[in-house]
Amino acid sequence: MSQLIWNGLFVGSFYGLVALGYSMVYGIIKLLNFAHGDIYMLGAFGGFAVLGLLGGVIGTTSFVALLIVLVIAMLLTGAFGVLLERVAYRPLRGAPRLSILITAVGASFAIEYGVRLVAGPNPRVYPLRIGGESIDVLGARITWEQVALIGIAFALMIGLNLYILRTSEGRAMRAIALDPKASLLMGINVDRVISRVFFLGSALAGAAGVMAGAYYGKIDFLMGFVIGLKAFTAAVIGGIGNFPGAMLGGLLLGLLESFGTQWLGGEWRDVFTFAVLILLLSVRPTGLLGERVTERV
Amino acid sequence: MATTTNTGTRTRPGSDQNLISRALSSRGLGVAALAFALLFPFVIATPYALSVMTSAAIYVMLAVGLNIVVGYCGLLDLGFAAFFAVGAYTSGVISTEFDIPILATIPAVIVVTVVAGLIIGGPTLRLRSDYLAIVTLGFGEIIRITANNLDITGGPSGIFGIPGIDLFGLDLSSPAAFYYFVVVVVTIAVIGAARLGRSRLGRAWRFIREDEDAAEAMGVHTYRVKLAAYIAGAVWGGLAGMLFGVQLTAISPASFTFLQSALILMAVVLGGMGSTPGVIAGALFVSLAPELLRGAADYRYFAFGLILITVIIFRPQGVWPVRAREKERPDQGDPDPHGALAKEAIS
Repeated sequence: MSQLIWNGLFVGSFYGLVALGYSMVYGIIKLLNFAHGDIYMLGAFGGFAVLGLLGGVIGTTSFVALLIVLVIAMLLTGAFGVLLERVAYRPLRGAPRLSILITAVGASFAIEYGVRLVAGPNPRVYPLRIGGESIDVLGARITWEQVALIGIAFALMIGLNLYILRTSEGRAMRAIALDPKASLLMGINVDRVISRVFFLGSALAGAAGVMAGAYYGKIDFLMGFVIGLKAFTAAVIGGIGNFPGAMLGGLLLGLLESFGTQWLGGEWRDVFTFAVLILLLSVRPTGLLGERVTERV
Repeated sequence: MATTTNTGTRTRPGSDQNLISRALSSRGLGVAALAFALLFPFVIATPYALSVMTSAAIYVMLAVGLNIVVGYCGLLDLGFAAFFAVGAYTSGVISTEFDIPILATIPAVIVVTVVAGLIIGGPTLRLRSDYLAIVTLGFGEIIRITANNLDITGGPSGIFGIPGIDLFGLDLSSPAAFYYFVVVVVTIAVIGAARLGRSRLGRAWRFIREDEDAAEAMGVHTYRVKLAAYIAGAVWGGLAGMLFGVQLTAISPASFTFLQSALILMAVVLGGMGSTPGVIAGALFVSLAPELLRGAADYRYFAFGLILITVIIFRPQGVWPVRAREKERPDQGDPDPHGALAKEAIS
């Protein structure tokens, strides 16, 4: 039982990390960034490439190595996110929402199969594994690497939350989320803030990608699709556009999956997850922490 | 209701005064396309070409079905392959398990897809666009995983040995005969969908697409009307699934992934949402481009993604929109005119 909860929390912290990027982008420009999961994949591959380049210098087993690779991969994916927004989304800022969503689907295709062109269709073995023996906590087997990964995930989430709530850039983001036009009139450089949002969201997804690569030990070019779907689900469960909601949704989704696997078997896990999602949305259409939407006519 | 009718006629496609757009939406064009489709086997009749053309025709049917949901009614469905799968599996399971001719399974296909449309539409159509998108996506995955895990659907290996079509003792299982059969069915489906779009119900769909709150206020029963769009789309998709199963004589869950849903949606959006000729062109592009790009092998889907982004950036309304010149939407620059979603600000 406590093992199930632990596994759920562990997977859930990854989901939460990716979901935050989803939620941020959605909160600001109301775009479902379908390519977000692929940026996670890109992060894993970026980390892979960085390790290939620096492997001799920083070693492949230490925790420090993980942190260095993590930071470089975050910078890379962040920059890619900014580029993506600039090329694919900004020209469509005023277009109907469906059009932007379709470009996001197109971007997702292009990233997935672009990586496939570069890295090949076969899964790659991640060279970085962080070792550590397991300890026993309340009957659950917990490894230090898991604790470390969860620690990093939460540190990133809390850091982002502070950034959003305490800094003037964060306030600009919240202002744009409320009313882009008024923010523009008040002298906020909307384009720059949106670029920054993409940078942060993509960097978080990239970090999750590197951590998943280091933990599971295998990466492939389609790994982003499923996690993107899960992160989207997590963001929706928590109430999309809502920050604590994304984290809560991620953890909840991880727990749901963990228990779904236990009760129904691994092959029905995703059916269980989506069924719960559909049920939840029909009861609470805006997610757990989402505000009730009052319609203005 | 009089107000509804007035608003409807103004946006009615096909009744534009512009000469070019009238030519493009005229019946002559459709007849020409049909003639081309019918004459095609006389030009190239290799089994490969026929099978590619048959797949393209099935795609047209799928795209026209999804167009009812997305194009007419403005509901984003990211799991349309689910209805495709439901239709294919229903006819496949019934015809192979009970040894029934495939055409006799049509009523069952219709009933099951309507039920599927009700199940997914019933509880979820009260949701607004993005939530609807994720729910339909989840539904698509549920159907695929279920087909992958059940015994009756053959698990991951699927169903094989689906019989060919036998119409009043006429064997239509040869590639050319089956091609003609598909062309006829798809033509009927296209005309049916276009007529539905011009009907009273179709006007209500477009009204909901343009402004759901106004439609509600004007007395359109939005929930019921949206459900009708869903069910119509589901039936079209299900029948296309049946044709698909017959064409390949085998189906497996691998044919009904999110990729498939995305491709169909792409056909609708690339062509121009809500425009019948546009959607047909989009479906032909989406189904034929991979064949034409086959030489590019690995670059195929990569190029596909880039093409998609480029087309949308330069023609956000699709290549062949409903009207030659789409009226500027009043909410330019504000993707959410009602500010409903903006209220869920980052807290």
